[in-house]
Amino acid sequence: MKARCLQEYQPRKADGTLFAMPFVSERLFALRQEGKKALACFVTAGDQPLEHLPTILGALEAGGADLIELGLPFSDPIADGPTIQASSQRALDRGVRLSQILEAVREAQVRVPIITMGYANAALRNGYGRFAESLKAAGISGALISDMIPEEAGEWRSAAEAAGLDTVFLTAPTSTDARIAAACAASTGFVYCVSRTGVTGAENAVPLEVGELVRRVKRHTELSALVGFGISTAAQVHAVWECADGAVVGSYLVDLLHREWKGVQSAGMVSQAVAALRS
Amino acid sequence: MNLDAVPNKAGRFGAYGGRYVPETLVPALDELEAAFRQAWSDQEWRRELTHHHRHTIGRPTPLTHADNLSNELGFDVWIKREDLCHTGSHKLNNALGQALLARRMGKKRIIAETGAGQHGVATATACAMFGMQCVVYMGEEDVQRQQLNVFRMRLLGAEVVPVHSGTKTLKDATNEAMRDWVTNVGSTHYIVGSCVGPHPYPWMVRCLQQLIGEEAKTQMLELAGGLPTAVVACVGGGSNAIGIFHAFLGDENVRLIGVEAGGEGIETGKHAAPLSAGSPGILHGSCSYLMQDDDGQVIGTHSISAGLDYPGVGPEHAMLKDAKRAEYLSATDQEALHAFAWLSRSEGIIPAFESAHAFAALKRGLFKTGDAVLVNLSGRGDKDMESASRILSLKGV
Repeated sequence: MKARCLQEYQPRKADGTLFAMPFVSERLFALRQEGKKALACFVTAGDQPLEHLPTILGALEAGGADLIELGLPFSDPIADGPTIQASSQRALDRGVRLSQILEAVREAQVRVPIITMGYANAALRNGYGRFAESLKAAGISGALISDMIPEEAGEWRSAAEAAGLDTVFLTAPTSTDARIAAACAASTGFVYCVSRTGVTGAENAVPLEVGELVRRVKRHTELSALVGFGISTAAQVHAVWECADGAVVGSYLVDLLHREWKGVQSAGMVSQAVAALRS
Repeated sequence: MNLDAVPNKAGRFGAYGGRYVPETLVPALDELEAAFRQAWSDQEWRRELTHHHRHTIGRPTPLTHADNLSNELGFDVWIKREDLCHTGSHKLNNALGQALLARRMGKKRIIAETGAGQHGVATATACAMFGMQCVVYMGEEDVQRQQLNVFRMRLLGAEVVPVHSGTKTLKDATNEAMRDWVTNVGSTHYIVGSCVGPHPYPWMVRCLQQLIGEEAKTQMLELAGGLPTAVVACVGGGSNAIGIFHAFLGDENVRLIGVEAGGEGIETGKHAAPLSAGSPGILHGSCSYLMQDDDGQVIGTHSISAGLDYPGVGPEHAMLKDAKRAEYLSATDQEALHAFAWLSRSEGIIPAFESAHAFAALKRGLFKTGDAVLVNLSGRGDKDMESASRILSLKGV
């Protein structure tokens, strides 16, 4: 177990530039100690005007998100289904850039940790070190790179560790035990369990086998195990909570924001939708 | 350069290659790598492959001395005739090999991406032969400009799925094929059409294409009495180029020249020449030269030839460029069109738009009297007749 000890944990003051962003693993541990399950909410940065992003993040927290996954738009999102692909394309069509996204995140007044979810080329292009530092400087707590496997991640992990950024790696139903062990060893925030083979997107049912994957993951780590891909209803969230430490909801929220977001006055609607996922 | 050491165990060609894919696919890539290593060293499997080379594809393909081009240019031009392969291009060398491997692995369903449609047709052909289900992803724009090949694939029993996302060309067809594979990985083998993608694809595709150069080398020694001065091939993903280059890598006096798609000109930004004007990046599972903006977003490409209209390139080419073992230049749409008409009239050979880029390099003043230049004619031009007649009649040719 490599969770950071508490004296290392120095929350930053909300003095205008940065707000306190607890480390991902600690936030999730705290929930577990209280006997609670986590809800992680994914939105694509820049699908709505970036000046609305702080309000959107705040609305997710107000609705009961324990963790926010912020999607960084990429031109070629091979792990994403139609909903998130389209949101990513809309953000790029809007001309959104990483620096602008990070600027908007800085403005956000949220206490729950934010991790980014994106693709390897953005990190490589910026330089792993600069990418990790710029995320951390914006108050982001961790990063998940969808197409980065532990074998390729040596340089990335060093850069993230140096910047004080948590890393999250994915496990899948196809992963061997050796691969699960490697993903667990490389992760510091939590371990992401992909519910099924496939891309992101809403499904009618979460496969029962995901419980087995979570059990296999738990044999290798004390970190929390969160399940994502295909989770879009309260019933599915609760089904995942039966077997895992938390559930990630993405495409459902992306679709809701795309259809219903009319500006900052829609914040209440978003909070209610998140609250409904917990109920 | 120690060629026996590439790719290394991690699938690295120097700094390039590797595996940047969703976790779900990694066990399938491991399984594929193990299966290919085993098959490649299995003499029985190799005999079966060779049988198909001879009796299905029609190998060895001829080496033609281009008498009229040679007279005009003042140096010898030798043409490796991959256009005479069954299905009309070098693509069947790879598709048939991978289909044989998929059959050995017990996979019943095959998917592929295609740009110009040549890889799609080759894959559909192999699937028809082996009774496999075949789904080909093709960008909507390419479906429009390569309708003949769309019809051929459907006639061969393949399902052609137009891809409407992104730039609607080869890049996005590849994205969609990868998404299909990540979803259906248990039942499905993905026949990647070029020496791109995550390890083991760049290495495996090169292994399946390297006989182009092996044959050409033997033929040059026999017909020309020596090695060529230079070997020239077009480069999109780069499979025909690596296929003909590979046998000559150790012959340091043989220049290796790859010709990328210059589109409307490198200076206009409307091209598909990552080795000439890109930078290292990660796309479709491997690290190589890539056309991208400074935020790491992959930028749109342009080429008259659908098969070269791709923002990335195989990692082995990236390594050869950095090691200066191969030279990479580009030819514009205009130069390719001229070469297309020139080869047709001079030699009675109608090349694919892709291959015409390689011939355009012959007019660059790179060679001198006494040189013997080997050009890979990777495919025939039948698929491009409709586009060519439209464009060339507009230009009054």
